[in-house]
Amino acid sequence: MTTDPMAEIRASFFIECEELLEALQDGLQMMDEGEDDPETINIVFRAVHSIKGGAGAFGLEALVRFAHRYETVLDEVRAGRLLVDPDALKVFFQAADHLSDLVRISRDEAPLPEEETVHLLEALDAFLGDTPSEEEAAEEDIDFQPMGLALDLDLNGEDVSEDSDAFPSLDDLPPPPDFNTENDGASETYTIVFTPKAELFETGNEPSLLLRNLGDLGEAQVVCDASELPDLADLTPELPHLSWTINLATEADEGEIRSIFEFVEGLCTLEIAAGNGPAHADQNHSDIPHNLPEITPPETLGPPPESRSAPVPAPQSAPASLAGEQQTEETTPAERAPVKDKSAKPAAAPAAKSVVRVDLDRIERLVNLVGELVINQAMLSQSLEQSGISPHSDAMSGLEEFQRLTRDIQDSVMMIRAQPVKSLFQRMSRIVREASAAVGKDVRLQTFGEATEVDKTVIERLADPLTHMIRNAVDHGLESRDDRIAAGKEPQGRVNLTAAHRSGRVVIEIADDGAGINRPKVLQIAIDKGLIAPDANLSDSEIDNLLFLPGFSTASVVSDLSGRGVGMDVVRTAIQALGGRITITSEPEKGTTFSISLPLTLAVLDGMVVEVAGETLVLPLNLVVETLTLENEGVKMLRPGHNVIEVRSGFVPLFDLGHALGYREPVTDFEGSVALLIAQEDESRAALVIDNIQDQRQVVIKGLDDSFHRAPGIAAATILGDGQIALILDPSDIIANAGPMPRTSPAYSSEGLSA
Amino acid sequence: MSTQTGPDSIELLTFRIAEQEYALDILSVREIRGWTHATPLPHAPHYMKGVINLRGTVLPVMDLSARLGLPKREQNARNVIIVVKLEETMTGLLVDAVSDIVALSPEDMQPPPELSSDIAEAVVSALTLIDERMIRVLDLASTINVLEGVAA
Repeated sequence: MTTDPMAEIRASFFIECEELLEALQDGLQMMDEGEDDPETINIVFRAVHSIKGGAGAFGLEALVRFAHRYETVLDEVRAGRLLVDPDALKVFFQAADHLSDLVRISRDEAPLPEEETVHLLEALDAFLGDTPSEEEAAEEDIDFQPMGLALDLDLNGEDVSEDSDAFPSLDDLPPPPDFNTENDGASETYTIVFTPKAELFETGNEPSLLLRNLGDLGEAQVVCDASELPDLADLTPELPHLSWTINLATEADEGEIRSIFEFVEGLCTLEIAAGNGPAHADQNHSDIPHNLPEITPPETLGPPPESRSAPVPAPQSAPASLAGEQQTEETTPAERAPVKDKSAKPAAAPAAKSVVRVDLDRIERLVNLVGELVINQAMLSQSLEQSGISPHSDAMSGLEEFQRLTRDIQDSVMMIRAQPVKSLFQRMSRIVREASAAVGKDVRLQTFGEATEVDKTVIERLADPLTHMIRNAVDHGLESRDDRIAAGKEPQGRVNLTAAHRSGRVVIEIADDGAGINRPKVLQIAIDKGLIAPDANLSDSEIDNLLFLPGFSTASVVSDLSGRGVGMDVVRTAIQALGGRITITSEPEKGTTFSISLPLTLAVLDGMVVEVAGETLVLPLNLVVETLTLENEGVKMLRPGHNVIEVRSGFVPLFDLGHALGYREPVTDFEGSVALLIAQEDESRAALVIDNIQDQRQVVIKGLDDSFHRAPGIAAATILGDGQIALILDPSDIIANAGPMPRTSPAYSSEGLSA
Repeated sequence: MSTQTGPDSIELLTFRIAEQEYALDILSVREIRGWTHATPLPHAPHYMKGVINLRGTVLPVMDLSARLGLPKREQNARNVIIVVKLEETMTGLLVDAVSDIVALSPEDMQPPPELSSDIAEAVVSALTLIDERMIRVLDLASTINVLEGVAA
């Protein structure tokens, strides 16, 4: 990778593509929600366009061809010639999905899905009707795409490639009066004042190319201002002495204009003023004075072609004196700033957040180092305390400050790994589209809390379970269209995907407004499959939880979509592996909600530090419901080696942790021992006997890699304040492995189900 | 203690376990640490001593004498952990004491005589004599890889 610069550029193009695809999805989503302002359409257009541009530079023909057609259709929308109705949006979404497929395929150099491409191209063509000119443009486009210069610009927004060959013909541009006749509202007039600074030349930029690009956006009248030009004797060829005023009538918005100058940002003074609306435009044109002298720029600078013929417009929004304007701009940058801010606003949307791309390995390293810092700090405070220093000494108060800082650093570092769930949710909206098409249901996915941030690893590992649940919701959760109408519901089914932070955890909910869980049917299936006893008396929530049993599938007909034998039990296992919990609530006729509760990060854990048989162990604090002090008469023997204790009128199995881990013989005298009541994922309880509780604290999770002997019940490890390693336990696993579970009365809980 | 170095010479780290001398290719040795308490891993094979903290990473430690089927002995302060790296995995090997670093040419090494398929024999890849003492050169991969077999 590092040896091949092209591969690097290519890699960054694909990363960029991902961002663009995200923007594309966003834009389409906004359009879907009824927002059809030009800026939204522009965002969508720009995303597709940029992908096309970059793909062209890398010779990814399939991608270019598809993106181009897509872009052409979007251009129609942008121009107001094509109305966006739900059908069109559907195709747009499909096209966006396909585009992201093509990007992925191009990246992996996998075989192209020709059939689907053709199919979607046809769908897109249907919108174009008979516009052969666009076709032509397409061919042209592909031909000259890999232009040397186009590459740079392509990668970052608006590019030149579109009509670069129009360059020589700029002189033949229709005369200005066209503005008046063609002003159909979509076209706007901008006045752009462009003054290069010395750095612009130093960085190898060329004003004439920028001006040419502007010309591609619409009809441009360029006027060169040479008033700053010194005499030839005093002329420093390396310094720019010219500025240009461009009057541009274009359908593009300010953002696009600005993006042309993206690469010279900071290297020039740029002013863009819009003559908004036709009224303005008219006025502009009506008083175009043709009286400014024509100026020939010096040869050294390579005269931009436009200056040869263009008359000088003086729109009212432009400064009366260019020279004067330049002066003020250069001398008082503070004054300029607000202007820039104002004008930058519309363009801000696509590039709003400034992002640094960092190799994940580096973050990992940082996380590890911070973990060590935390450990080190704990060790330091431990040894300081042991040295008998007065708690009021400077050293101790300094240590306190150190602790606070450490915690802050740790939080901040964890935040680096956090990512909004948005990308995940966008993938889900695609799943909904595909799933609903496959089962012939009209489904609308609504997402909330997309900005909620979760650890990157969690996001990655959530994709599969979430996909499965979304498919389930579409396939099983929602009724068919006819059933919905019969039930007096909207024909369109709804799936809501919500993410939110709740008390230090992330809660993700998948809710459908379907018929709810058919409990009699679920119960029957469970009985038929021998999962529960025929005479079992289960509460509603226990029945709902039957869905999580391995080998359970409610779909009476195994559909293409879900029900491939991978059930909710797999989902639950995946969620549990992330340290999460999944719960289910259902209301007949109202729908079903799955709620996933996840830890914010996989890097730290709130743990309870306990001692068992001389070893220090850590249990996830969130699983510990309560602590009990045992008495011998409270412990009842179920059969030899299996004990239960009575906790609030229910019997809970009791396990000796030390024995379960193989550290000691089973405890027989429970008097005075401590037991932790553990909540298991299936809502059942179990108690673990330990020697004593040492502490509750945040611990840094150190993964035990696969080459280790993987002991059941050990989730990970951490390093304690004294530098010793303590194992982090997975209580559910320990309980499951502690031999056959004593069956307690099902009346207490759904305990028996998990056995 | 021969220390002549030739172009093909192999440097070995020699160490003692239960009065016997063993050696490992020094290129696989990362560092040598003093003995610290290892946190036992539940249900681990008997030769797994546990895990220790190696500057913030969790390092599994194998009791080499137990791995080789040698008699069990008490830990003492002279015990050291040789940290080795095999492919990408770091492992600690608990030995009685480290003796020396020697350079040998391949001719000095003899293949071990075919004996039984004893667990200790399988991991010895060569024998050599230094100052009339027999040194058993361990094959690191087969010494450590038992782990994976058990874990899988």
